[in-house]
Amino acid sequence: MDNDVAIQVVNLTKYYGELLAVDHISFTVRRRELFGFLGPNGAGKTTTVRMLTGVIKADEGGASILGYRAGSLKAKQVAGVVPEIANAYADLSGWNNLMLMSELYGIPASEARQRGASLLQDMGLFPRKNDAVKAYSKGMKQRLILCMALVSDPEVLFLDEPTSGLDVQSARLIKDLLRSLNARGKTIFLTTHDMDEANQLCDRVAIINKGRIVAIDAPEKLRMATSATHSVEVSFDNVVSPEVLVNIPGVNTVKKLGDKYRLYTANPGELVVSLVNYSSSHGLKVISLNILEPSLEDAFVALTEKEAKHG
Amino acid sequence: MADMAIILQQAQRSLVIARKDIRIYYSKGPVVIFGILFPVFLFLSFTIGRQLAVDFMIPGLVGMILFFTATSISPIVVPWEAQARTLERLMSCPVRIETIIIGDILASFAFGVGISVLPIILGLFLGVTISNSVIFALALILAAFCFASLGNVFSIPPTNMPSTVNMISSVVKFPVVFISGIFIPLDQLPAWGQAIAYISPLTYFTDIARGCIQGRAHLPVAVDLLVLLAFTALFLVVAMKLHQKTMPRRI
Repeated sequence: MDNDVAIQVVNLTKYYGELLAVDHISFTVRRRELFGFLGPNGAGKTTTVRMLTGVIKADEGGASILGYRAGSLKAKQVAGVVPEIANAYADLSGWNNLMLMSELYGIPASEARQRGASLLQDMGLFPRKNDAVKAYSKGMKQRLILCMALVSDPEVLFLDEPTSGLDVQSARLIKDLLRSLNARGKTIFLTTHDMDEANQLCDRVAIINKGRIVAIDAPEKLRMATSATHSVEVSFDNVVSPEVLVNIPGVNTVKKLGDKYRLYTANPGELVVSLVNYSSSHGLKVISLNILEPSLEDAFVALTEKEAKHG
Repeated sequence: MADMAIILQQAQRSLVIARKDIRIYYSKGPVVIFGILFPVFLFLSFTIGRQLAVDFMIPGLVGMILFFTATSISPIVVPWEAQARTLERLMSCPVRIETIIIGDILASFAFGVGISVLPIILGLFLGVTISNSVIFALALILAAFCFASLGNVFSIPPTNMPSTVNMISSVVKFPVVFISGIFIPLDQLPAWGQAIAYISPLTYFTDIARGCIQGRAHLPVAVDLLVLLAFTALFLVVAMKLHQKTMPRRI
């Protein structure tokens, strides 16, 4: 086993009846990596995380966490988990939920108390630590669940959509914490369908669609590899119909965005020249003109659509 | 050695889960209603006005309360946790499914033993005597564990509705009470009635309780204890094996 490998997934497969939810996926996450696992709803993200964290069993293939078989006690011991739809115990206080987790991980009481207090401070929950969780807001609950995943000081952290549906402040707190944990050497496996989040946080992302991995790379490389989605955003001082713009040489598609147009092209440089020529020959004035690189979202859409066509 | 260390570690974590259950579930409505109020009212409705001797009533009351209380928590914890979305978090902790099951059974066991002490105190206050308190205590502990394990078997079907599990358990629990020598002693049952009574684990506890309090047991005490032990092992094995299959399907 390579010492630099935190998560090794080989041929991992899960069926739900006839449905092939996860289709023989393989990938490796290195130690100290912040790895994003992106996909649309129903792509197989949560099923994969559940197999990696030992909640459900794989039908074929397998995975290891720091060299331990996924689902084994040792693999669970070194991992912290924030499940997609998880709750803390609503009848217990935030503090008692934390202490329950530390006992289930066998953390000595004094260490658990010290780390628990520090985590609650960091997440802004310390003043409410003795309140029953049923009185917490959604953002507070999610921050508490993150604290519960961290109270054992795990080497590998699995988070399934940790900021989904949260207020801006809670989402930012969680993202900042993930960055600082990663900087302190923790390996983080983050599933999300939020492209910005993946782009801001992850060293590498895997894109999963219909149970299959369609790409794995650094967000920037994925973005740049999606060459067909370069675009030029332009606005004129007068109304121009999209049907006219689509006939300009080099334009593949036209999308109207408020008072602007986004023109997708394979060659943005040539298109800029064509646009300038077009505007001067038609007596139009260009108000703004920007060349846009493809976003991670563009890469994601392109890759998942390509997969859908091939599938 | 490593195996023993893991067994001890998991046993300790079962206790943690039992303590969590005690904190959360002892005050839940269905536990209080089905565990305490129901058996008391059921017993009263069958005994009031029948001029029964106290030493006949107390073994039956203890048996019935022990049976209902020990089977009141273990069936509902797993579906409740699945419904409240806490089960997935628990299953991703370094605990085995057996550890979770034993923890839930221990919480139910403690509830059964704790509440059953009340009718025993009532009996002592009313003048009954327990001839062999060690055997009686042993039987009470074994039966509480047996009934708590049976309760856990009720929660095997992977439904996340505690009310459905309560319905399943009630369908089994009520007939069991009527065939276990609580209201009619085994000696007074016809042969076919006795044959049915022998399939109920409650019969064997009630028999020991009658032996210790009334001095009239139907079976030798060793047989009662061995059969209770066998039922406990059976329920435990069934609960552990089948929850392995159904628990992941609740997520």
